[in-house]
Formats: sequence, structure tokens, C-alpha cells
Amino acid sequence: MEIIYERPESLKDVRTHYCAGCGHGVVHRILAEIVDELGIREKTVVIAPVGCAVLAYDYFNFDVCEAPHGRTPAVATGMKRVRPSNVIISYQGDGDLAAIGMAEIIHAANRGERITVVFVNNGLYGMTGGQMAPTTLIGQRTATTPMGRDFRECGQPIKVCELLSQFEGVVYAARCAITGPGNIIKGKKMLKKALSIQLADLGFSIVEFLSACPTHWKLTPREAVQYIEEKMVPCFPTGVIKDTIK
Amino acid sequence: MARVEINIELCKGCGLCIEACPKGCLKISSGFNRMGEHPAEWGSDEMCTGCGLCAVVCPDCAISIYK
Repeated sequence: MEIIYERPESLKDVRTHYCAGCGHGVVHRILAEIVDELGIREKTVVIAPVGCAVLAYDYFNFDVCEAPHGRTPAVATGMKRVRPSNVIISYQGDGDLAAIGMAEIIHAANRGERITVVFVNNGLYGMTGGQMAPTTLIGQRTATTPMGRDFRECGQPIKVCELLSQFEGVVYAARCAITGPGNIIKGKKMLKKALSIQLADLGFSIVEFLSACPTHWKLTPREAVQYIEEKMVPCFPTGVIKDTIK
Repeated sequence: MARVEINIELCKGCGLCIEACPKGCLKISSGFNRMGEHPAEWGSDEMCTGCGLCAVVCPDCAISIYK
């Protein structure tokens, strides 16, 4: 019998600390598969964020650096400028990217830094206990919005890809939902394109993944996937939002 | 004929592979892994075509497929 699917080489053979049904595992896997397919394992550096993915260095079998509290694009900028031949990936969650690190991501995008941002959006702060993030949906109950998010009090969910696509330095911005196999395969194609844009030294690329957080949404993994399809996708439309290289 | 292997120590029993399988070849095991979770189990080998959809959705990368 011939092996047709196995764990990618870029992923260490260890158990992750993520909850059952968490989208981080899928994003880790497709990133590792793309790094293997493009043959760039020796020159890839992932910058891990603060949040649930803070321990990503335990799982990836290539270089990983950790930059707390949203400063990931700033560290990625420095690293890319010092070592332009390396592939620099900024891996961020929504609390990290859209709240505490909003300044860093906006200026990195505006400068058109040749980095790739992997943005995992689950609509709340997962690691600290499910508090409201800027991407929390209107009416969504979290630890800090027990009656549901109210627009007048907390504003609207921030659509990061649409926001960043206004900058000329941003070459590619796309969003995909981690729901079924079809959408995961689409997301992998988007991420592969984003990394090939960096390899061609064309500019800033970002791929957003709508990811499940069954623990803090207080749903089962299957219900969490339905929640993404029914509630998150209408607010955060999936697809390619900006692509200047068609 | 295809064969699916599940690493029960990596599997957390989320059940997403069961949802993804078009042939209904997977189910939750009655046994436990070392962390006390019920992992997924591959049952009916006659039905499995080795399409790989279970491996695509698995968040824990616990599935290997042979064909």
C-alpha cells in the first residue's frame, strides 16, 4: 500500500495544546504543507503572536520567533530588512492583530513590507478567557459583553482585510472560512499565492482565516463550524478582496 | 481499497472528520487515549475510497491515509 497522505515534514510529531476543533491546528497544517511544497523550510521564519498560538514554536519544524502583544509585524519588518532572502510569516490572532497590534499592522501594510500575514480570526480573545475583541460580532456574548456586543458601546466588528486593502503596498488580501474540506483547500490556495507573492518580492500579503473557538463560543466543534457559516461569513465575506497580480 | 490510520494520542475527538467523511467510515471510539478523550476510529474499510477529506479537516493532523 502506498501512502497518499501523511503529516507534513514541517510539523513536529507532537500533540498540540489547542482545544478540540480549534482552527489553529488546520492553519498550522496547511502552512506546514505549503512550506514543504514550495521547498522553503530552511529559509522560513514564522513570528508567533501572543494568544493561543504563542507556543507555535513547539509545533513548527522550522525557525519560529515570538513577539508579544501585536508587535509581530514590527519584528517581521526588521527580520525581512536584515535578511531579505528569508521568507517571513507573521502569524497573528484577532486580539493580537486587530486590537493591541493595530498600529503595527497598519504601518507595516502601508510601507508595503514584503511579508506575509496569516490572520486567524475567531472573534474573541481565546487565551485570556473569551473576552470581546474588535472582530466580535454584534450581539455576540463574550466574557466582557455578557448581554451581547452593542454597536453604540463597543463599535462595529473591524474588517481587517478590507481596511488594509486600501493601502497601495498591499498586493494581496483574501479571506477564507475554515469550515468544510472545500473551504480549507481554497484557503490553502490563497495562502500559497500569498507566499509566492513574497517569494517574488512584490509586496505585503495577508490571508484571513475565520476560525472556530468551540470552548469560548460554548458550542461543540460541529456547531462551531455551523456558527462560522451562519453568523461569521455574512459579516466577514470570504473570497479574494484585493489582488493586484492576477 | 484504502486504509486510514488515526494516531489516537494526537486525536482529541472533535468529530470533524466524521462530519467530513462522505461514506460514514469513521466514528467516535468507546476507548480512551492517554488524555482521557474518546478518539476517532476508522471502521468500515470496504466503504473507504481514500478520498482524504478526513485528513483535510483534521485540526490535529492525526490522520494518515494509505491506498
